Amino acid sequence: MNDMSNPVIIKGGIGDSPKRTEDHRFLSGKGRYTDDINRPGQAYAYFKRSDVAHGVIKSIDTTAAAAMPGVVAIYTGEDIAKAGIGGVPCGWQLHSKDGSPMVEPPHPILAQGKVRYVGDAIAMVIAETTEQAKDAAEALVIDIETLPAVSEMRAATAPGAALVHDAAAGNICFDWHIGDKAAVDAAFATAFKIAKIDVVNNRLIPNPMEPRAAIGDFDQSSGEHTLYTTSQNPHVIRLLMGAFVLQIPEHKLRVVAPDVGGGFGAKIFHYIEEAAVTWAAAKLNRPVKWTCERGEAFITDAHGRDHITHAELAMAEDGKFLGLRVNTMANMGAYLSTFAPSVPTYLSATLLAGVYTTPAIYGEVKAIFTNTVPVDAYRGAGRPETTFLLERLVDVAAKEMGMDRVAIRRRNFIPIDAYPYQTPVALMYDSGNHEATLARCMEIADWNGFEARRAAAAQRGKLRGIGMSTYLEACGIAPSAVAGALGARAGLYEVANVRVHPTGSVTVFTGTHSHGQGHETTFAQLVADQLGVPFESVEVVHGDTAKIPFGMGTYGSRSLAVGGSAMVKAMDKIIAKGKKIAAHLMEAAVDDIEFKDGKFTVTGTDKSKSFAEIAITAYVPHNYPIEEVEPGLDETAFYDPKNFTYPGGCHICEVEIDPETGVVQLIAFTAVDDIGRVINPMIVHGQVHGGVTQGIGQALLEHAIYDETGQLLSGSLMDYTMPRADNIVNIHVGTESTMCTHNPLGAKGVGEVGAIGSPPAVINAVVDALRDYGVTHVDMPATAQKIWSIINAGINAGAPRMAAE
Amino acid sequence: MYDFEYHKPGAIDDAVKALGADAEAKALAGGMTFIPVLKQRLAKPSAVVDLAGLGLTGIRREGNALVIKAMTTHREVAMSSEVASAIPALAELASNIGDRQVRYRGTIGGSLANNDPSACYPSAVLALGATIVTSRRRIAAADYFQGMFTTALEPDELITEVSFPIPEKAAYAKFPNPASRYAMVGVFVAKTAAGARVAVTGAGNDGVFRHAAMEAALDQSFTADALKDVTTPESLMNGDIHAGTAYRAHLVGVMARRAVMACK
Amino acid sequence: MAQINLTVNGKAAHAEVESRTLLVELLRDQLHLTGTHVGCDTSQCGACVVSVDGKSVKSCTMLAVQAEGAQVITIEGLAAADGTLHPMQEMFREHHGLQCGFCTPGMVMSGIDLVESHPDGLTEQQIREGLEGNICRCTGYHNIVKAIAAAWPLMHDKQMPQAAE
Repeated sequence: MNDMSNPVIIKGGIGDSPKRTEDHRFLSGKGRYTDDINRPGQAYAYFKRSDVAHGVIKSIDTTAAAAMPGVVAIYTGEDIAKAGIGGVPCGWQLHSKDGSPMVEPPHPILAQGKVRYVGDAIAMVIAETTEQAKDAAEALVIDIETLPAVSEMRAATAPGAALVHDAAAGNICFDWHIGDKAAVDAAFATAFKIAKIDVVNNRLIPNPMEPRAAIGDFDQSSGEHTLYTTSQNPHVIRLLMGAFVLQIPEHKLRVVAPDVGGGFGAKIFHYIEEAAVTWAAAKLNRPVKWTCERGEAFITDAHGRDHITHAELAMAEDGKFLGLRVNTMANMGAYLSTFAPSVPTYLSATLLAGVYTTPAIYGEVKAIFTNTVPVDAYRGAGRPETTFLLERLVDVAAKEMGMDRVAIRRRNFIPIDAYPYQTPVALMYDSGNHEATLARCMEIADWNGFEARRAAAAQRGKLRGIGMSTYLEACGIAPSAVAGALGARAGLYEVANVRVHPTGSVTVFTGTHSHGQGHETTFAQLVADQLGVPFESVEVVHGDTAKIPFGMGTYGSRSLAVGGSAMVKAMDKIIAKGKKIAAHLMEAAVDDIEFKDGKFTVTGTDKSKSFAEIAITAYVPHNYPIEEVEPGLDETAFYDPKNFTYPGGCHICEVEIDPETGVVQLIAFTAVDDIGRVINPMIVHGQVHGGVTQGIGQALLEHAIYDETGQLLSGSLMDYTMPRADNIVNIHVGTESTMCTHNPLGAKGVGEVGAIGSPPAVINAVVDALRDYGVTHVDMPATAQKIWSIINAGINAGAPRMAAE
Repeated sequence: MYDFEYHKPGAIDDAVKALGADAEAKALAGGMTFIPVLKQRLAKPSAVVDLAGLGLTGIRREGNALVIKAMTTHREVAMSSEVASAIPALAELASNIGDRQVRYRGTIGGSLANNDPSACYPSAVLALGATIVTSRRRIAAADYFQGMFTTALEPDELITEVSFPIPEKAAYAKFPNPASRYAMVGVFVAKTAAGARVAVTGAGNDGVFRHAAMEAALDQSFTADALKDVTTPESLMNGDIHAGTAYRAHLVGVMARRAVMACK
Repeated sequence: MAQINLTVNGKAAHAEVESRTLLVELLRDQLHLTGTHVGCDTSQCGACVVSVDGKSVKSCTMLAVQAEGAQVITIEGLAAADGTLHPMQEMFREHHGLQCGFCTPGMVMSGIDLVESHPDGLTEQQIREGLEGNICRCTGYHNIVKAIAAAWPLMHDKQMPQAAE
């Protein structure tokens, strides 16, 4: 590999920004998404879903529906039970403080006995067309006895609340903790001051633009099942669905995730529809296709966030943080989705140190069942929740101490010479430089010139505010042994198969999955750089269990740090083998062969063989060390990371509030992130733009709202506010990278930093804009109505009126 | 969507006949609201009568009135020099309805026949005292709107054009719903020969309405200041997850003042 | 069932459709032009935008029968016969204006309409407001806005003037 400490950027190599390989097909309408696929003779599935949040299924009469035109089959939970089909499994098992395992209720693929949320599937209707299936679904006679529902966590944990699952007393799934309670109590006993905050991390709906879809297919002669699905991790779906739900062995089950139109976490999980169409296709011996509609996605795609937290921070007289205690309730929804238990715990509470040297930390998490859509990982998954909490709390702490917001952060930063740094909550950070990202971000955002801009805004009758967040996150998921100890039921390594063809072109098969990240480009750059072949000679293949040896997919910003590292390992094997072949051809010792810039050279001579010459020799082994080396040049590697990776950085946001209407206008946003090695700066910037926009969406616009009966009030794009082009401004992006010390690339990951770092920067700016109104916290989203209410209350309480009013 | 019979008549009489012959038949104008309603299976018409073949597009000046035919699109109104010179507020209003694609197909007649409580056009029609001309009569704006999604139209009656008296000056101020971009509060203010007129859309719990207290205040002095102490009863307001009744009532005042300031 | 005739990407097309068939269903299911996508059911997202008789239209909110006799252009019809991309497509590629690619066809079609209907120039604010009917979840719009601005001089074959707001 090229020397990483002094990178020379070669065309199409690491650090270059070649235009994306995948773009031509997407731009010309040639993308191949799941719904673009049609199988000969396919029928169409439509799921009849519960429109009440909680109820007992008394009876389902399918007689009339089954007689409707075009109907092929109708299945209910009873049919599923009779067929012996398992429930959709959860991938993590946690234990409560008392050692008892979490309550893990079965999640049947069609509701059995009870419905538990609006959207819970009651029946699958399969017909010749989708419209016919819908017509028939309307003819189903379903008698449901409605039960009282709990849609909000406080209501769910109140005495006498209705139970979502009888097995979960008090609707508690688990009651978990981390850290040293006694040490924290001791720290608080000596505190000079204590800062306190209550925050709600608003529930979000991921809304990738491509709705989910699934096609089940079955080949009777081979007995092979195929599922085409909108997934971020086809092998994980094969594992979960094959082993746990349908009992189909891997060699008879192929899962294809073709082009996927965005995931953001929502397409990690194994959903009931995938199992239902796969099963039905075999039963009916014809392909069955299901395409989700947007309104259906709102009530079936796993939601994100939805935490309620109380936190307290003990401080010394000099502003040093002494101890942190945090109590969180996390909504699981009605069933445990694949990753759900890990989100508020191992992906969240383990980051409570943030970028600070807080020596004592104690966190408690209660996971709560409610009659709502299951909640699981959404871009950032747990880290945005902790980052929002910490970075808001630090601003409150600064106010409490009478300190500058920047000064209190600097006072508590983990210094660069303290790395590697062991936090009190399990993680060992390997690298970071918080002062560097802070300083650069403040410079770009002109933090120091803000007060003049605020004064100018006041002249125009506007309230201007600035806010920052200095964050750190853990991704590159995950060292399998650590994850296993934390409750993961799978390994979290990654797999790469590097196939060098006889002419020296290369196909890379990766177990990660690209659904917008541009892997076909970035991974090709990595291979071009390491093997010294032209960027154009590298093809990247993903998304098909029949082609790729294995893989755990793409989430947790893991593709480059883990998947790329697997590729490096596979290429190391290719190079090692190539050296043996080259040594034979040039009659030199293997140890005397060096590989650089695509050439195998005998050290200290001008004798060399090109990579292509070695490749052809490997496949035409006429003059070949056949006793020691097999023919061919095709290597597979599994890479299990040694640690998480720890990207971090500083985000600064500037807003203006119209005090008459409460409208918060985004003025400027700057993100300077430390993401380790950058392969393609263009793609990295794009990832930050998108992540930041989702964070701004969470902070200002997006909110999934249920009423007390469990009806989703924000159930369409007419009521759920997605960020649009005119809500967002151009985003200034910079990188100040330190290298990850434990993977061969030095890469940390960039997929989620934008969504993790940005929400508290936005809200800190909003709170700053309202500094004259005695406001210390504003919950997300900072809607116009919410801000107007605060200003209005402030005016009524005697706060200064704006000149313009 | 449920299936239906599709008719595309070439004359108004034929369209009226098609609608009259079948109580379950519905007219299709731009379809920007109607087709989504059909897609959600919220309506089950036996037949859909497409009005696109009736030649009902065009904008003309008729004395002191601006006449817009029913199938004229929002974009045509927004881009019309005739509208810009006669009632610029109307062009401005049309240029902010929905999005570009909606404006290319959505029509003034369709909007008025549907009378969505958060549509923009009803406020202009009511504030300007426009006349709705139909296939059988002329209806004064005051008589036309009868609460949300309800109008004076008979099932087989079609709007053919809308005649707007040209005001001295007018303006429309809209506070969009952040998600749907429909009017959460829209206020159309006009200074007309008959006095000041203020019509509010999006906010009321029974559709578009005239704001008598504001009109009285503006008749005294047509300035934003005159509205400073005029309140809007919360009891008349609609409330939802985006804006409660108190906030909507407040926004009616803000938008009205901004409209007065923007009048031209 | 109705018989309809229209022109799609310059070629005559004939189809038998139900009255309720949407234009997007005709394009995707019968004409196999799957580049036009369906991202929502409330006409908000714009993934389905095509050009009908020169106007930018959400093909999920138009009946196929309404397109009788129309000239329809989809994302598949933009590139030249030799595969050369339309300047708007090329600028999306150049400026990384797409990630997952799902909203992209609609964005490109809307971008072309925006540029064509602003012959005197196009500001960043006009582009942002002009994209009100198109939702992207990946890019944060930053590079989409840049791509559309960059396509303006190529499509009008002149420098972008100081655009009027």
